[in-house]
Amino acid sequence: MRNRTKIIFLFILAVISILLYGFYDIKGGFDYAFPRRMIRVAAMIITGVAISYATVVFQTITQNRILTPSVMGIGSMYEVVQTVIYFFAGSMSIWIINKYLNFGVALVAMVIFALLLYRFLFRADKYPIFLLLLIGMIIGTLLGSLVSFMQVLIDPVEYLGLQSLLFASFSKVKAELLYIAMGIVLLSLIYGSFIMKKLDVMSLGRENAINLGINYDRLVMNILILSSVLIATSTALVGSITFFGLIVANLSYQFFSTYRHSILIIGASLFSITALVGGQFIVEHILELRTTISVIINFVGGIYFIYLLLRESRSTA
Amino acid sequence: MIEIKGLTKQFNKKTVVDDVSVSIQPGTITSFIGPNGAGKSTLLSMVSRLLDADTGEVLLDKNNVKKWKSTEFAKRVSILRQANFLNVRLTVRELVSFGRYPYSKGRLTAEDNKFVEQAMEYMNLMDMQDQFLDELSGGQKQRAFIAMVIAQDTDYILLDEPLNNLDMKHSVQIMKILRKLVNELGRTVVIVLHDINFASVYSDNIVALKDGKLVKNGPTNEIINPEALREIYDMDIPVQEQNGCRICVYFNSQTP
Repeated sequence: MRNRTKIIFLFILAVISILLYGFYDIKGGFDYAFPRRMIRVAAMIITGVAISYATVVFQTITQNRILTPSVMGIGSMYEVVQTVIYFFAGSMSIWIINKYLNFGVALVAMVIFALLLYRFLFRADKYPIFLLLLIGMIIGTLLGSLVSFMQVLIDPVEYLGLQSLLFASFSKVKAELLYIAMGIVLLSLIYGSFIMKKLDVMSLGRENAINLGINYDRLVMNILILSSVLIATSTALVGSITFFGLIVANLSYQFFSTYRHSILIIGASLFSITALVGGQFIVEHILELRTTISVIINFVGGIYFIYLLLRESRSTA
Repeated sequence: MIEIKGLTKQFNKKTVVDDVSVSIQPGTITSFIGPNGAGKSTLLSMVSRLLDADTGEVLLDKNNVKKWKSTEFAKRVSILRQANFLNVRLTVRELVSFGRYPYSKGRLTAEDNKFVEQAMEYMNLMDMQDQFLDELSGGQKQRAFIAMVIAQDTDYILLDEPLNNLDMKHSVQIMKILRKLVNELGRTVVIVLHDINFASVYSDNIVALKDGKLVKNGPTNEIINPEALREIYDMDIPVQEQNGCRICVYFNSQTP
């Protein structure tokens, strides 16, 4: 199959899952249920594109196919920011009540965290991937413990408010952030269309990229900001799904054996949309909401992740 | 012309390149030689802006390398480092086409394709152009990377130990091609070499480094002699003439 055919195939698959989710078993008023379902579909499309895009570009600049922004703990930074705000300012502060301000603060913190992470871990001489992975896990645990420590000390009523902020999911999309998220993803895609070819050159590694006239350090900075903004957007919208980016990016690498980012990113995005919408359909109608899609994704993704690690260790041995 | 002026580089307080000043003559092959850890690769990295110098500057046509626009610089100077591991799966042709990026920005024109084909022809890669790089031998892969640099069509070609892991046949093949690039196309080649005999036979000028310092710099025949070599390598190396080439005989089973 040529890559174009493959993309059309994935596109049809995504459309089928959207139609199935939108129209299957509508009870009661169509006018009531359908728009509500479409809001979720919109959130899933935005999230899917954001995560795929962020993961593929992150993996290109860090020259690896296992680490993702979420695995390195950039997603959990969102929880840290929200908890810190609740802890120090309380639920009635402007930082919580103004949704945009709240989102903006989380965004800035995540970008700074990503830049620091890159500065110390990926800039210097290449660390082995397993060390990076360990560091990522430790950072994740540290942030997690910090968060639960503060949550224990918060007033229980306040904590309920915080919980509703952190436990966003596809069933409880933060609809008020939908438009701003849509705007951010759209802007990122427009920026992306300018750097697609540069990304292709970046996949040859730092030295070859500089040789071919890429302004490497500046581009890496831009891409890191881009990728953490996208992860921040998706986390704020539906909560964090650690292993999702890893699955869709690697599926795309395997399915399309090409170096072209335009194809890789579109492919990964279509995989995401199909997996999220199709998965949500299964969760709602077959499992009858006995679990959430994030749980399934992290379960399947975790297994896939172990498989990739084993394969990597075999190829380096 | 490339002029190197007082370049110094330290890693963790250890001086790796120490106040080196050299001019690279256009239209020649210049070899950087010296013992391990002499700073040859570091020097080359600074010349090609892969690495920032602590002090000193590199001038290309009288302008500081850092002041050049990166795309314009990429049309004048190309660099190939020794470790060429790729994370992506590319065919030979795709890799060589990347050499045209400074000109085409990824959209190849008919002219770009002509350069790509010429470069592959030069490196004898035409019949394997659609093979994937990870299916090739070390020598073939190295030739593909050199073809990329040739397609880049720069006046200056900088190569960091391109003969590493190559057998004699392929090493000689590559050195002959570099000679052809200089003689026929008027390019300037700067090359880091480990084997002094390749430096002696194929290069016009030699720059010898030791402990980060410049110890010798001049035409090849002034440097390939036992006195100069002793200064560079701390070793007695007899030099013998063979068909007009000076060969350093550094193998000696008699003395321990």
